[in-house]
Amino acid sequence: MVGEIKIEHARKTFVNPDGSSVTALEDVNLTVRPGSFVTFIGPSGCGKTTLLRAIAGLDPADSGAIFLDGEKITQPGVERGYAFQQANLFPWLNIRDNIAFGLKARKEYKEKKDDVAKFIEMTGLQGFENSYPHQVSGGMRQRAALARALVGHPKVLLLDEPLGALDAFTRMNMQDMILSLWKEYNMTMIMVTHDVDEAIYLSDEVVVMSARPAKVEQIIPIDLFRPRRRGQDTFLDYRRKILKILDFAGDIQDVDYYL
Amino acid sequence: MKQTLKKALPFLGLGFAAVTDRAIPNSTQQPEADGPYFFYFLLILAAAYLLAFLCSFFFQGLEEKLAHKAPFLAGAALLVAAINLAISKFALLPVLFFPCLDRVFGVFAADRALLLRCILASGKLLIIGFLIGGGLGFLTGVLIGFSKKASYWISPIMKFVGPIPPTSWSPLVLSLFTTAYAASVFMVALAVWFPVTLMTSSGIQNVGNSYFEVASTLGAGKFHKICHVAIPAAMPSIFLGIFYATCSAFVTLVTAELLGADAGLGWYLNWEKSMMMYANVYAGLILIAVICTLAITLVFKLKDHVLVWQRGVIKW
Repeated sequence: MVGEIKIEHARKTFVNPDGSSVTALEDVNLTVRPGSFVTFIGPSGCGKTTLLRAIAGLDPADSGAIFLDGEKITQPGVERGYAFQQANLFPWLNIRDNIAFGLKARKEYKEKKDDVAKFIEMTGLQGFENSYPHQVSGGMRQRAALARALVGHPKVLLLDEPLGALDAFTRMNMQDMILSLWKEYNMTMIMVTHDVDEAIYLSDEVVVMSARPAKVEQIIPIDLFRPRRRGQDTFLDYRRKILKILDFAGDIQDVDYYL
Repeated sequence: MKQTLKKALPFLGLGFAAVTDRAIPNSTQQPEADGPYFFYFLLILAAAYLLAFLCSFFFQGLEEKLAHKAPFLAGAALLVAAINLAISKFALLPVLFFPCLDRVFGVFAADRALLLRCILASGKLLIIGFLIGGGLGFLTGVLIGFSKKASYWISPIMKFVGPIPPTSWSPLVLSLFTTAYAASVFMVALAVWFPVTLMTSSGIQNVGNSYFEVASTLGAGKFHKICHVAIPAAMPSIFLGIFYATCSAFVTLVTAELLGADAGLGWYLNWEKSMMMYANVYAGLILIAVICTLAITLVFKLKDHVLVWQRGVIKW
């Protein structure tokens, strides 16, 4: 089993245009077990996304280090797939070409052509292969973005609130889809979310983070059988527990940008 | 039925133009024309429209298009009829500068061989200039858009040199190039180079960083990002540049052909103007307008084809 993420003393400070600086991550230490599903939850603007981007290699940490299976992460790589908050599909490519983008970029398209069709099917996008992104719904765009990130068979899939902009029903369907993709491909999943229910429903472990600068407040293993039911008592117990910690952590602040 | 009546409007306009043209004789102040060429022109238009009219009964798309355009076409026919009345029939304007329309359209018949040669010569100059200027402009634009270093060194020069009207280079250009033709090509190329460079580089610089991040996480290298992210994302802006370039290429053409060309629409205009042959000048103007419109239509068709993905996303 591969896909272990180890974060050691990660620090990250952003300098604002006016010269002031904001510490987004302060000494984050965390190990994500291979093949597990972990969510980061915490107040808005606390630095969850910063941490995820650091794992992706998009904005490396200032000090400290992040390792994938013992290897230090310095730049983006195919073995770490990333699903962005906005689907960010390339509007000039149809759904199929969007999904095939990574394969083509790495010149693997010829050998792995069938993967594209497989992921189109797994994400329920048959019949929309030739549509352009603006012609399909928001949920389909996110599914296509997931398929695009998965087609390279990453060891770790990083999910930055990809369901945040979807309506409740689409969201729940997508959660099930994400779980089935996870089961099928055995990769490590790390997801950032605001939604406590989503975190409990999906994860093996919920990492509750404190308000900025982000630190790991508490790690809560979710000991429930799958498929989980959102209404069951034990589910609600976890919910109360996490909400209580979040309250302690400073709860939701009015921050209108993400770190 | 209502649709059909609406579509028939242009016949009314053309009919009015033809009847007034035939019923009222040309003003005696106007020099005699070789024949009723304006009337022939109306006949050709009527025949062309009749063809479209008949076809529209079989093609749904054409039907709507025609119904949409019909009032405008009818209005345009009335405007032409009014111009014909004012100039040819009643000579309300000085006849030297406003020759009767029979003479203007007569030029197309009388000078057809020369005009064809001019169209080909101008077309060749435009295409060569466009390919050189557009190609270099695209490369410069990509370079500036992508490399900070290139932007640092080239961008100020481009912004300094670009806004100078290409035609005002003529004294310098004539001494730099050994042949007048090369000089003309240079001016057209320069006219095309600037807008294409500017719009390509700004288009690329404005591509959202998120697209590059997605490409990075999918394992795309720098070259792949340039060709498959930056350039397609900048395409709408690049096409705007090509559109500007087409217009400024035509503007430059007229002056560029002053530099010792022996054929070409710009040359024709200048030559006939110096001979005080205003009927020929108007014929040349009409021809340039028609060809310029065709060229721009071509650019737009190409844009629609290449940018099929942005239909319903961006309008211009």
